[in-house]
Amino acid sequence: MSELLERIQNKLNNDLNGVVVSSQLDYDFPVFIVEKANIHHVLETLKNDGFKYLTTMCGIHFPDNAGGEFAMMYQLHSLERNERIRVKCFMSEKDLDMPTATDLWASANWMEREAFDFYGFKFKGHPNLKRILNMDEMNYHPLRKEYPLEDASRHDKEDKYFGR
Amino acid sequence: MEKVTTPTPESKDYSTLNLGPTHPATHGIFQNILTMDGEIIVKAESTIGYIHRAFEKLAERRPYNQITPITDRLNYCSSPINNMGWHMTVEKLIGAEIPKRAQYMRVIIMELARIADHVICNTVIAVDSGALSGFLYMFQWREKIYEIYEAICGARLTTNIGRVGGMERDFTPEIIEKIKAFVNDFPKALDEFDRLVTRNRIFVDRTVGAGAISGERALEYSFSGPNLRAAGIDYDVRVMNPYSSYQDFDFNIPVGTRGDTYDRYMVRMAEMRESLKIVKQAIENLPAGDFHADVPEFYLPAKEDVYSKMEALIYHFKIVMGETDVPKGEVYHAVEGGNGELGYYLISDGGRTPFRLHMRRPCFIFYQAYTEMISGGLLSDAILTMSSMNVIAGELDA
Repeated sequence: MSELLERIQNKLNNDLNGVVVSSQLDYDFPVFIVEKANIHHVLETLKNDGFKYLTTMCGIHFPDNAGGEFAMMYQLHSLERNERIRVKCFMSEKDLDMPTATDLWASANWMEREAFDFYGFKFKGHPNLKRILNMDEMNYHPLRKEYPLEDASRHDKEDKYFGR
Repeated sequence: MEKVTTPTPESKDYSTLNLGPTHPATHGIFQNILTMDGEIIVKAESTIGYIHRAFEKLAERRPYNQITPITDRLNYCSSPINNMGWHMTVEKLIGAEIPKRAQYMRVIIMELARIADHVICNTVIAVDSGALSGFLYMFQWREKIYEIYEAICGARLTTNIGRVGGMERDFTPEIIEKIKAFVNDFPKALDEFDRLVTRNRIFVDRTVGAGAISGERALEYSFSGPNLRAAGIDYDVRVMNPYSSYQDFDFNIPVGTRGDTYDRYMVRMAEMRESLKIVKQAIENLPAGDFHADVPEFYLPAKEDVYSKMEALIYHFKIVMGETDVPKGEVYHAVEGGNGELGYYLISDGGRTPFRLHMRRPCFIFYQAYTEMISGGLLSDAILTMSSMNVIAGELDA
């Protein structure tokens, strides 16, 4: 695993001039964190390097991480070599514009629509960026952490003994 | 169905056909707005989300053992696979070592679930092409699988089977007898269904070439499972990244060539036989030993211990109240579900609930190719294509 991490990191840094901000090994996954401005180049380079299968992608909200409140996660798989990697980029809540990956993978279409629907990422160049699972009239992005699941006015749900 | 004729710039009389959201031929809530030239589909647009239940949000407020019932409702034709996938994700996070016996028990249940899933899919393809008797006949056998689930965990459809750390109880001799009887009797029924449908003239005419997708295009659309294998690509999570001791079993990965409805049907037929092979090997070589791992913080203690031992009572209370903290970390674990790679991406911040849980639902990902696959084909082929892709609304909308 650590060999794979090293190899991909060297490849990305050589081809794209020191693009990897940081990298780590999360269980069985090498994870690379890159700047948002470089994400499209990184994904394209990785796709040409054999990571032809986009396993999944999703948004994440870290409200306490000042300056990088939102993250987009991509998981790629090389079916020939059986290698899986994860690429992440963090961004500020003030600027949720992202380059689209639909030109690289057709499957990114609905996954990006899902990320837009739930977090509000704006994918530049997406052919049809509109809500997918929620109704079109909705005016907020429900998976953000500022929307608690239960109604705050429900006092019967308060549990002072177990601190939830 | 309402039919409205709209004139177009190409001075051709296209009509718009609203297929769905509830339509008897689509087995679930799917809406497709089709632009039709006579009986040929020119363009299609899908709308999904009609049974969206916000599982990813719900999971952020639930303790780990209470998320298992949510996973039941993803692909409800093969709930045990979803349950096991979730248990294994949490086990990876907490670093639990699952005993061989529990792993084999899981494999048996997961492969029975795969058979039940494929039985539904293949018989429904037959129903949509006009053969109802095979469907009614085969459902008796799905019923037998549900009886096995019932003996193991007490539930039938939304099973909530197993626990984080292993299985909730050991197989009784009756369960083993039931599984052995199923493995012994099912091939005969499968052969009969095979003879009834596979080379049936009407069925072959209806399915060959309908809704085809090339292997290359299927990969671009991140297909997985039987739909990808029907297009000729032998990607199976059970072989690529073996989990739960799948490396111990001898089985083949059936692949198709053209990626059409007939190939998808044939791949699922062959997979049922491979699954039977795995169940047979697992039940014959079922190792002795414990049926759960030694993880007292996560696995409910035996009831007699709860009444007599202090620690067991504390653990029982903490698990039932959902007060067990899970270590900090970020994991992804994928299993080969009925429809393909079912993955759980879990971020834990060290609390009692996940910080973020993303489910990679194979249906959601491959259904977006549906409009492309049916364009240029007949309306009746579109119905067959949908049933042969085995699009399950629960997994699609999560």
